[in-house]
Amino acid sequence: MATYSFRVNGRTVTVDSWDPAQPVLYLLRNSLGLYGPKFGCGLAQCGACTVLLDGKAIRSCVTSVKQVEGRAITTLEGLGTSEKPDPVQAAFIAEQAAQCGYCTNGMIMETKSLLNQTPSPSLEQIKEGLARNLCRCGTHTRILRAVLRAAKDQGGNHATNS
Amino acid sequence: MRPTPEVSRRDFLRAGGSVVVSFALGAVLPKWIGAQATASGTDVGKPLDPHQVDSCLAFHADGSVTIYTSKVDVGTGLRTAMSQMAAEELGIPIERISVVEGDTALTPDHGGTGGSSGIPRGAVDVRQAAATARQAILNLGAEQLKRPAAELALADGSVRPSAGGDGVSIAALIGGKRLDLQVDPKAPLREPASYTVVGKPILRADVRGKCTGQRVYIQDLTVPGMLHGRVIRPPAVGAKLVSVDESSIQNIPDVRVVRIESFLGVVAKDEWAAVRAARELRATWTDWSGLPGSDGLDEHVRQSALDHDEVLVNRGDTDAALSAAAKQLSAAYTWPCQSHASLGPSCAVADVRPDGATVWTSSQGTYGLRTNLAKVFGIEENKLRVIFLDGAGSYGGNGNDDAAADALLLSRQVGKPVRVQWMRQDEHGWDPKGPPQVLELRGGIDADGRIVAWDTQMWLPTTVPGNRPLLAVDAAGIPQAHGQGAGAVSQNGDPPYSVPNLRATAHWLKETPLRPSNLRAPGKIANVFAVEGFADEIASDAGIDAVEFRLRGLSDPRAIDVLKRAAEMIGWQPRKSPNPRPLEGPLLMGRGVGYVRYKQAENYVAVAMEVGVDRASGGVQIQRITCAHDCGLVINPDGLRNQIEGCIVQTLSRALHEEVKFNRSRVTSVDWATYPILTFPEVPPIEVALIDRPKVPPFGAGEAATAPVAAALANAIFDATGVRMRSVPFTRERLKAALSG
Repeated sequence: MATYSFRVNGRTVTVDSWDPAQPVLYLLRNSLGLYGPKFGCGLAQCGACTVLLDGKAIRSCVTSVKQVEGRAITTLEGLGTSEKPDPVQAAFIAEQAAQCGYCTNGMIMETKSLLNQTPSPSLEQIKEGLARNLCRCGTHTRILRAVLRAAKDQGGNHATNS
Repeated sequence: MRPTPEVSRRDFLRAGGSVVVSFALGAVLPKWIGAQATASGTDVGKPLDPHQVDSCLAFHADGSVTIYTSKVDVGTGLRTAMSQMAAEELGIPIERISVVEGDTALTPDHGGTGGSSGIPRGAVDVRQAAATARQAILNLGAEQLKRPAAELALADGSVRPSAGGDGVSIAALIGGKRLDLQVDPKAPLREPASYTVVGKPILRADVRGKCTGQRVYIQDLTVPGMLHGRVIRPPAVGAKLVSVDESSIQNIPDVRVVRIESFLGVVAKDEWAAVRAARELRATWTDWSGLPGSDGLDEHVRQSALDHDEVLVNRGDTDAALSAAAKQLSAAYTWPCQSHASLGPSCAVADVRPDGATVWTSSQGTYGLRTNLAKVFGIEENKLRVIFLDGAGSYGGNGNDDAAADALLLSRQVGKPVRVQWMRQDEHGWDPKGPPQVLELRGGIDADGRIVAWDTQMWLPTTVPGNRPLLAVDAAGIPQAHGQGAGAVSQNGDPPYSVPNLRATAHWLKETPLRPSNLRAPGKIANVFAVEGFADEIASDAGIDAVEFRLRGLSDPRAIDVLKRAAEMIGWQPRKSPNPRPLEGPLLMGRGVGYVRYKQAENYVAVAMEVGVDRASGGVQIQRITCAHDCGLVINPDGLRNQIEGCIVQTLSRALHEEVKFNRSRVTSVDWATYPILTFPEVPPIEVALIDRPKVPPFGAGEAATAPVAAALANAIFDATGVRMRSVPFTRERLKAALSG
């Protein structure tokens, strides 16, 4: 059994894994109790499992624990809380940009990553930025509005924590 | 593997403090689940008779109120709408209302959730219970305040004299007590003109939790001692298990293989161990190739063995009128097998103990599931508790019931709670499917372009009484019913327009490939695709504008309203179709419309859209969509819009991309690459107009707006290109071939 250390939501954590290839998604959820990231496909096709790795969106369902060693992960829980949501979360809440909400984690984390790199995206850039995140309920138009709102609320050039 | 510390989410939030290594079930679960986790059996002493007010509503000493219902919110906003309706009748701020859904020990049976019945059945039932309670509370207040009830009002959680003065709170009157009252079907409802909560765009509380990771989904549920299970499905639908080589997974720690006849599963403490074991366990299966394959499925369906014919509508003399008509048109429309394709694979947790069992699920019908599981597994119904938790959108009967059976069987076998989550290929491969549909239509038109005769024939899988067979149960060789059903799939197969001679016939087939199931707006999307596509063919052939043609055949003002409104919103100018001047750059531009009165009895919906078709690639670019929607009383306009937008986008996906592919042995479209759905770059702006009818009872809106979408899209493609797409999906390849053909 090997031990892996990395940072999650600002803290250093140490987890055990019998398999260095274990996707970090399972460790976030089952070892660390962070259920924001969801298992959707295990194939990096849908985006439900998205977290930030050193500030950029990655698919945690295909990213091994070994790959994240010594690096910094941010999950949905690391952004804000229901009482004090971060600006992207707040924008999604204000626009009611969820139905079942299973994709919402991925939408918000991908948006964080997008706005980190492109603080004032055009609608087309947002659509491209979220092109690999799937929503089955058809909440797309609201999600697009939420991202536009978040970009505006962040002042367009506000560097976010990651 | 050494046990890893389990940390509650609340302890692990970003704010400071050390990580607390403790399992804090109560911190992550709604309180009633925490209480439940130690209980066995189902009798917790709560009244369940839906005719009793106390079954539906509990008034607590702190002034809060709990609603209990078997109807569940699968991302539709139902619990918010229902809370608004109860808040309105009770005069209680909505923030004080919470909802317990789909728990067979706690909630009365208002039926399963489906067919857009959550509002007209569950929520309306709860509203009537609330109206009954209001009368009782006013009477109690009258005694307390020593004034006639007629001089009192119920607002902000208190009974007060209407003229002003001291009141008494509901909590003080009945908090923590039971009313012991039958629901009075005649208890007066508040006047719509006085509504203060119904009709307001109240934010859904669950959305906040979903955006912050604090809402618990079935996929997130952990109970003490729980193991993770995975089921290994055969490589062919009907294959039998011959042998298992457990040495193939000896390098994976602490895995137990469970084999019961052809049911093969693994359980492990560590989820990843279960995933890898299921993937790597070597097993030998018999060959099986009993499927027809999805290529040429329409023809297969058309020639399948008939169970019986049913004449759905028959007026006038259709055959004679068709023969005598100035012109006859005919066309065949087809719809493929489609998957619910839930974004989160189906999941369940089961805890089977000697004295009873508990199953947690996001099934849309916990009572129905309980009855079925109890019968199949030989558990007394009152010893089996089935509890709903939020899940990924299911859109009907997806794999959730099967996952529940998987978990229950594994838990029973290993004597511990077991969580089963399907993998992606399980969900796409094994969820019961929306069935294929074939429709043939004939129309007789007079010299003025009016429809004088219409004949619809449809081929559909018949309904066989009994539950849909559960995968695990069949595999394990346990006897069970082999029922078949896909919902009310034959509705809306007749045109909504005045036609003097009309016949619609369903040819009910003994079976269609893959297990049929209810998939959102069962049958009706394909039926309206055919009916509204064919109506468009007739209009175009007669050289009449598509909106004008439809208006000529409608007399119901609500129908006329939605059609005119959707057309106005998109700037519809009357003209013939196809578009005489479609070319704009590389695109051929067109517009189309579709109309439905859902189930011929519920919502009125019209959808119009503008599309561009890329001549070179066959790609469809939808420019914008308008929709006018009338479902009677609007409970929550924002929640309603969310549902309508979702209906439209999901149906665009089904019409443009979705088809379950299978070979002779198994489903081959088993992930998002082989079963693509609509992506962000394809999503157009959508403008929705809600027509509120406060005095008309409310219908649900989770389905109706799906029905006209595929027709409007096909009609727009025809308008742009002159090519009539009569088979879904309208993929680039198909459209390109049609354009060059």
